[in-house]
Amino acid sequence: MPAVNETLDRLQSFTQSGYKWGFETDIEMDLAPKGLNEDIIRLISSRKGEPEWLLAWRFKAFVAWQAMQEPHWAKVHHPPIDYQDIHYYAAPKKKAGPRSLEEVDPELLKTYEKLGIPLKERAILAGVENPQSNVAVDAVFDSVSVATTFRKTLEKAGVIFCPISEAVREYPELVRKYLGSVVPIADNFFAALNSAVFTDGSFVYVPKGVRCPMELSTYFRINARNTGQFERTLIVADEKSYVSYLEGCTAPQRDENQLHAAVVELVAFDDAQIKYSTVQNWYPGDAEGRGGIYNFVTKRGACRGVRSKISWTQVETGSAITWKYPSCILQGDDSVGEFYSVAVTNNRQQADTGTKMIHIGRNTRSTIVSKGISAGRSDNTYRGLVRVLPKANGARNYTQCDSLLIGDQCGAHTVPYIESRNPTAKVEHEATTSKIAEDQLFYCRQRGLSEEDAVNLIVNGFCKEVLKELPMEFAVEAQKLLAVSLEGSVG
Amino acid sequence: MLEIRGLTAAIEDKPILKGIDLTVPQGEVHAIMGPNGSGKSTLSYVLSGREDYEVEGSVTFDGLDLLSMEPEDRASAGLFLAFQYPVELPGVGNANFMRTALNAIRRKRGEPELDAVQFLKLARAETKRLSMPDDFLKRNVNVGFSGGEKKRNEVLQMAILRPKLAILDETDSGLDIDALRIVAEGVNALRGPDFTAVVITHYQRLLDHIVPDRVHVMADGRFVRSGGPELAHELEAKGYARLTAEAA
Repeated sequence: MPAVNETLDRLQSFTQSGYKWGFETDIEMDLAPKGLNEDIIRLISSRKGEPEWLLAWRFKAFVAWQAMQEPHWAKVHHPPIDYQDIHYYAAPKKKAGPRSLEEVDPELLKTYEKLGIPLKERAILAGVENPQSNVAVDAVFDSVSVATTFRKTLEKAGVIFCPISEAVREYPELVRKYLGSVVPIADNFFAALNSAVFTDGSFVYVPKGVRCPMELSTYFRINARNTGQFERTLIVADEKSYVSYLEGCTAPQRDENQLHAAVVELVAFDDAQIKYSTVQNWYPGDAEGRGGIYNFVTKRGACRGVRSKISWTQVETGSAITWKYPSCILQGDDSVGEFYSVAVTNNRQQADTGTKMIHIGRNTRSTIVSKGISAGRSDNTYRGLVRVLPKANGARNYTQCDSLLIGDQCGAHTVPYIESRNPTAKVEHEATTSKIAEDQLFYCRQRGLSEEDAVNLIVNGFCKEVLKELPMEFAVEAQKLLAVSLEGSVG
Repeated sequence: MLEIRGLTAAIEDKPILKGIDLTVPQGEVHAIMGPNGSGKSTLSYVLSGREDYEVEGSVTFDGLDLLSMEPEDRASAGLFLAFQYPVELPGVGNANFMRTALNAIRRKRGEPELDAVQFLKLARAETKRLSMPDDFLKRNVNVGFSGGEKKRNEVLQMAILRPKLAILDETDSGLDIDALRIVAEGVNALRGPDFTAVVITHYQRLLDHIVPDRVHVMADGRFVRSGGPELAHELEAKGYARLTAEAA
């Protein structure tokens, strides 16, 4: 499959040193003035051509946000964020509205080419089409979605996959019904902020009984200086449907920090399954901790139907600070929640990540596998909650948290909360902490591997249980990302 | 092939090797015997480049100044150590590990790398030749292996990497008699003008299967006796204490 091969080649060429996605694209931007107030929200809403109800919804979130405090319970430290010093809307100039690839700014296409995103729909359509490994991509550049591929193929299957701003116009009932239904507007500080100012993101609806014929993917890219990115993703899987969705993220290299506060909501009805994978590679800052993305993200899935299943897989290698807890609300009887995570921190990066599994229905099951890798002077925290409510008879949870330390100046922390209010529930928790041992490195080097190759081999082995959950094309990318992220961590 | 002159090694100021001289000509197999704590394993680690030691003296390997080289460069120059205690690598498949190692070495030598198919063909052939089950290749490196399986895995790696010089550090310990024979056959199959080996062992029984060209007895960081294969039998009959006392 040509596009994916190209992606891999591209990634291979990037794996020499440092952050390879740090270039900036020089295109004319339509930039809102800095700061956040009702006028800015009105501007965002009008740029998107939104209906009145959504503007009202945004205002409600803004009011709630103003009364809220930035959370400080996570094990991360950063200087105060000046929310009035950020551009809340940045879009490449030129028109919005329906567009074909030909209409997209060639500079933008070049950017995506550099990133190795398989955006060349025409090439694929003209070449060999292998439906099993096709990937439909929605690419979001700063505040707007620039191109969504494979729309027609998906439409044939009845699957809606489009920028959320377009969904607001084209499928208002669906959006209105589900937006904020999993993550309420005042859920937390960053979710409220996102609800007030979200700009773009993806919308997916998979109708009853439909197995989505290809992987869906969104690529997020922050380009403009001093902008925040506030995307909003909403995925609804109707009864007996299946969808696999992947998001990837990059940003240019800059000395100042940039804010990314996304919200992702998933809804799964009876017997539906959503597989959501993330490869997060926002700019992590330099070795001294200058710059990098503040990644404050709220991701939550509701297993509303019986036997529904939501599976989160994440590979987190980027960002100066990562604050995210993809969670599952297991309402339907026999529903299943899964969380597979690899979080890598190097240099001065800080990650506080984990999950919440809320067992409400009977015989609900959840699995948590978290692999934290810390190197340099970084801090890596797993924070998780397993809550079993009184009616969740027969609920089961299995949690495994493993930490791997590279060097002696980094930190690994595990903060598991377990609250069970049902005596029939079974909750298991296992945790290990290990260091890459000198004798493991020496063993590999004696066999001819360089120290860095040895670390990569050991780290990939450590993460194998999680990487195998990723769609295959992306597992290879993820492995290479791990290697890049840990460069210079030994020796 | 291997020239060791005046080699000393200390760890945290505690001397372990106190002046080793050894010449192993190409194509020969030399045995090093000696009681626990005499410095046999330290010698194997110093030769393969473990960094924990303060080392003095000179070692020439195939014309190279061995002591100035990184461990991985020694490996690609053709030195292999079969570890006394092979290390576990959780999640790392045995086949993947060996292919990565082989290709790292081939790359450094300017030889073409093997793809997965070519490698598996080679690995399956060697696995079969050493009477090891096929699942050896699929399992994670040494994880959940019995002591004997770990040692056989070392011999398998040696057979695949085809070193010029192999150092076998007590590869016989913990093996039952059948496994011992398989390991010995693995080594013997490699014997020839291009294969040199240093076999470290406690017991003479391995040397019934791998007949050495020379035997060296080590005690307290020095060689105290050297001789032909018959020295191993003498040692077995007299014991280390008496032989060492006679030498002193």
